Amino acid sequence: MPRLPLRELCGYRAGDKADIANVAIFADDDDTYALIVREVTAERVKAHFGAMVRGRVDRYEAPNVRALNFVMHDALGGGGPRTLRADNLGKTLGGALVRLEIEVPESMAQRRRARPELAWADEILNRLPQT
Amino acid sequence: MTTVTIAGGQGFYGDTPTAVDALLAEGIDYLCLEALAELTLAILQKDRQRDETRGYARDLPAYLSRALPFVADGRTKVITNAGGINPAAATRAAAETARAMGITGIKIATVLGDDMLTRLDALHTERTDAFAHLDTAASLSSIPSPPLLAAAYLGARPIADALAQGADIVITGRVADASLFLAPLAYEHGWSWDDWDRLAAGIVVGHLLECSGQSLGGNYSGDWWALPHPWDLPYPIARVDADGTAVITKPASSGGRVSTDTLRHQLLYEVHDPARYMSPDVVADFTSARFEDLEGDQVRITGVRGTPATDTYKLLLAYHAGWAGEARVAFSWPDAYEKAKATAAILAKRVEMAGLEVAEWRFEYWGVDALGGPTVPRADDGAPLHEPPECVLRVAWRCDDQRTAGMVGRELVPLTLSAPPAGMTGAGGGGRGATELLGIWPTLVEKQIVDAQVRVSIEEVR
Repeated sequence: MPRLPLRELCGYRAGDKADIANVAIFADDDDTYALIVREVTAERVKAHFGAMVRGRVDRYEAPNVRALNFVMHDALGGGGPRTLRADNLGKTLGGALVRLEIEVPESMAQRRRARPELAWADEILNRLPQT
Repeated sequence: MTTVTIAGGQGFYGDTPTAVDALLAEGIDYLCLEALAELTLAILQKDRQRDETRGYARDLPAYLSRALPFVADGRTKVITNAGGINPAAATRAAAETARAMGITGIKIATVLGDDMLTRLDALHTERTDAFAHLDTAASLSSIPSPPLLAAAYLGARPIADALAQGADIVITGRVADASLFLAPLAYEHGWSWDDWDRLAAGIVVGHLLECSGQSLGGNYSGDWWALPHPWDLPYPIARVDADGTAVITKPASSGGRVSTDTLRHQLLYEVHDPARYMSPDVVADFTSARFEDLEGDQVRITGVRGTPATDTYKLLLAYHAGWAGEARVAFSWPDAYEKAKATAAILAKRVEMAGLEVAEWRFEYWGVDALGGPTVPRADDGAPLHEPPECVLRVAWRCDDQRTAGMVGRELVPLTLSAPPAGMTGAGGGGRGATELLGIWPTLVEKQIVDAQVRVSIEEVR
């Protein structure tokens, strides 16, 4: 079966509460949602994060917005005001989760989410005096 | 009022006050300013340790100076938890701001009573299982050092009481974020405090508005580069009917986007079980909300269900947890990662030789896996899969005392000339002093214990 990183299939956002991080991933259609419900288990997410997440991972489903929410315990080095991590609030853990690769049916193997187009940024940057 | 219009003008302490201009110009009944987070309470605690007149969000006057003309005209009321851990001081600052602008006759309410610090000991003695850690269930007796802060997360009711008493501005301490927004909805629509579905609808609206731009394209993982005017992301507005139906929208003049996709990103932000979102006022079922995209940057939300609130408030304790320092050094190709790693080891060895006690180290290799950690694939021998063109070493350390934490960083200085080649401390910092770490201890407290001390004080600005 072909494999794809979740990056090609889902949106993501991470948040924090004390030493708990949550990462939600969002599917764009019902087939993709059914796929991630089947493939992206709490166990798999726990293994993906390795030593970064010391505690258990709980998974919750929000079918109304085609989302899975992963609640990761003991995951932020002690929590925002205590941790030594630069990413003290775990904001980047969403990106880290969608690096996970899952098996997808042939029909989805070519799926790609759009990549950034930054003509507007070039326009702004190119007119600045730069060294 | 048949439809109440509320707006989220602030998502954190440090957000930009200029954002409220576009909201006020749209004509809003209530401007809600959400200033607090767990981290913010810790920052305010450190502020108050230095100066006991502080401990509130000091950007409040900047917000009020923009909103007060609308408040004075009776067009808009302001609700904020910018009072932090010193709401009385925030109210003094607010009144001074109004007087300085020549605005008098408005009523400012202060919600007091969320501070539980002085009562913790007695309550814990009375019931030794009280205040166990919410996540680990550890007993409060095992907290590493005495609590410096104990803030209960109050609900919407004291704010609604203040509005009923004619307040134009309501300043609170730690009222739960979403409850700031529920309060004017419940008050204006006359929702009863056991009308769980409507209260839950208000909490969903509040949760979508509490982080300002984050529901309308901020921190958005979709086509973020294609949002209109990404340099001017909007702040959210909700029009809420008496039956709880809400339409989320934005000022037409600003950029960003309102869609089911931008909103669902925020719906699950900092949420655990979405079917049981525990607010002080109601347990809201976020999975019951139906989203419908309408024309022109509007999304309608219906169908939200709720169940009875619990009999406890969240209570956040903070305690001293040592001192931290950090330094960064940048390395160039070739062998950038290896140079960074060697420098980390050399620093640690020198610190050991100097007899400095470090309780915890953190080594991050920026450009390799500083953020992704173990989720970034590495070769079997542990080396990066691809040789990075450059690498920044970030080292952070925790020590028991401030002086040692400061001295650890100094061991890095001689490495400028006496370490692997071409490290540049100029790419980062090493000279900053140590910073205090605060551990946080989330727990619960019975509502009746807290409610007995909650009060609303109203003063007219003269």
